[in-house]
Amino acid sequence: MATLEIHDLHVTVEADNATKEILKGVDLTVKQGETHAIMGPNGSGKSTLAYSLAGHPKYTITGGTVTLDGEDVLEMSVDERARAGLFLAMQYPVEVPGVSVSNFLRTSATAIRGEAPKLRTWVKEVKETMERLSMDPAFAERNVNEGFSGGEKKRHEILQLELLKPKIAILDETDSGLDVDALRVVSEGVNRVRETGEVGTLLITHYTRILRYIKPDFVHVFSGGRIVESGGAELADKLENEGYEAYTTKGGVSA
Amino acid sequence: MAEAQSIPVGSTTAGAVAVAAESTVATRMSAPPSFDVADFPVPHGREEEWRFTPLERLRGLHDGTAIATGDGVKVAIGTPEGVTVETVGRDDARLGKAGTPVDRVAAQAYSSFEKASVVTVPKETVLTEPIRIVVHGEGGVAYGHQVVELGAFAEAVVVIDHTGDAVLAANVDYILGDGAKLTVVSVQDWDDKAVHVGQHNALIGRDATFKSFVVTFGGDLVRLHPRVAYAGPGGEAELFGLYFTDAGQHQEHRLLVDHNVPHCKSNAIYKGALQGEGAHAVWIGDVLIEATAEGTDTYEMNRNLVLTDGARVDSVPNLEIETGEIVGAGHASATGRFDDEQLFYLMARGIPADDARRLVVRGFFAELVQQIGVADIQERLLEKIDAELEASV
Repeated sequence: MATLEIHDLHVTVEADNATKEILKGVDLTVKQGETHAIMGPNGSGKSTLAYSLAGHPKYTITGGTVTLDGEDVLEMSVDERARAGLFLAMQYPVEVPGVSVSNFLRTSATAIRGEAPKLRTWVKEVKETMERLSMDPAFAERNVNEGFSGGEKKRHEILQLELLKPKIAILDETDSGLDVDALRVVSEGVNRVRETGEVGTLLITHYTRILRYIKPDFVHVFSGGRIVESGGAELADKLENEGYEAYTTKGGVSA
Repeated sequence: MAEAQSIPVGSTTAGAVAVAAESTVATRMSAPPSFDVADFPVPHGREEEWRFTPLERLRGLHDGTAIATGDGVKVAIGTPEGVTVETVGRDDARLGKAGTPVDRVAAQAYSSFEKASVVTVPKETVLTEPIRIVVHGEGGVAYGHQVVELGAFAEAVVVIDHTGDAVLAANVDYILGDGAKLTVVSVQDWDDKAVHVGQHNALIGRDATFKSFVVTFGGDLVRLHPRVAYAGPGGEAELFGLYFTDAGQHQEHRLLVDHNVPHCKSNAIYKGALQGEGAHAVWIGDVLIEATAEGTDTYEMNRNLVLTDGARVDSVPNLEIETGEIVGAGHASATGRFDDEQLFYLMARGIPADDARRLVVRGFFAELVQQIGVADIQERLLEKIDAELEASV
């Protein structure tokens, strides 16, 4: 069973000619089949955690370990992490002009699966997955994220999640900027992947809204660059009612 | 992509919109246009039109010391049925009709060729196969002149391939009759040492459509002047270009669109990728909207993707408007480095860095190549781009 283990992770970022520590000792274990929600106020370091796990060059790991099934993730390049089974659904997916969605998906699937998917079954697989996400087939011929609406970008991220079948999926504020219909469609996509039981999900969010559609097994409150409280789904209800104030005022990073 | 994210040292993106009574486009050339090389002083390198060009690498084309060797280039022309090809003397009335040389090397070419080639597509003839002109450098010095003339309502695609090694100064005239449609793809796929300088003049008839693709991969120094003027209202010009400038190469494209009659359109998009020490691309985009050219609609754009340190881009769009009664006029220029966020996004989907880079550069050019509309030519160019990328990135 695939396991992502984060131990005492410290991360800094360079900003305004100064080095700033964003993550200050994160401990978290995510197992295949589990869903963890990480909730926290703006500026608490949630997205830094997501991007650090994916290997974004902007972030410097200054301490701690991250392993996937015992393999040292921090030693891997960005593409190696993805091929090892890590997937990051981004909050702000990047436009890639001139590269069509269909070409991108196939190139990516070929890299992840280690061989080019058979064309006939692949076309069918993409088409059906797109249909389930209520995506127009013409979408496949557009350039990656170019001119996509906020909702289209998030559907495109979840389309990749469904096609690439990672071991660990990190969803960075996938719910932000979505209307209720889009949120439902996107959540259904995530749930289809979860129902296979083969993915561990790390759901990063500011709001409890998405948790009505995606039921977490664990909820962690993130503040000041570390997890300050962990619990079950009921912790989300508490946050819904009381907000983050209790966590930001007791010594965390103020948003 | 990476718009002005980082502009390498030396890059100029100084766009200028001038509303002036006197044309600076005309006056910033050091001499008026002429067919006679003697009317142009030998450039010394500080003239506006020569300041980006390394004169010492022109191998004497600019100062009269490059003497034709007789074994400069071999030209082969393949034509579909209905097209005539003639080899004519210097006195043929069709020569020089589309435009007058604007600098000394273009005038040198016009003053030096012995025989010219005239390809004619008769009126109302619609070709289904391209006309293919192959110019192969045999290692010598050559001067040439090529005319492609389309009669009224004729339609044709012309592909001009330049390969091998040569020191070549040659001009091309495209003459489009009323309602004619011409697509030209000129590929500069020279060997590393070749020097190629020339002026491409298009004279666009009433309601005619001219579409040009200038594709420059090779050569030590390539300097081309694609120029457009209109013979009647309703004409349309699309000027597309792509260049892949490697270490040590100088590739210069100097466009001019002269909106001299009313209700014409022009759209210019040139894109380049540069890599390696001493790679130098120059793009000059001059658009002149004369006082008579009411109803003009024009746009020009240059994009450069700098893949490594040590490369330099000079990009100078220049729009000059002498009448306010126009539909639209715009220009844009951006020079950026490879976008790390794009790279991260693709790599985060398992795609290795080199493949990701290739995908992005290919995509950068593919947008433009897709505009050609001739499948086998598009495929060939994409294959060529892939080969350039395989060899380098």
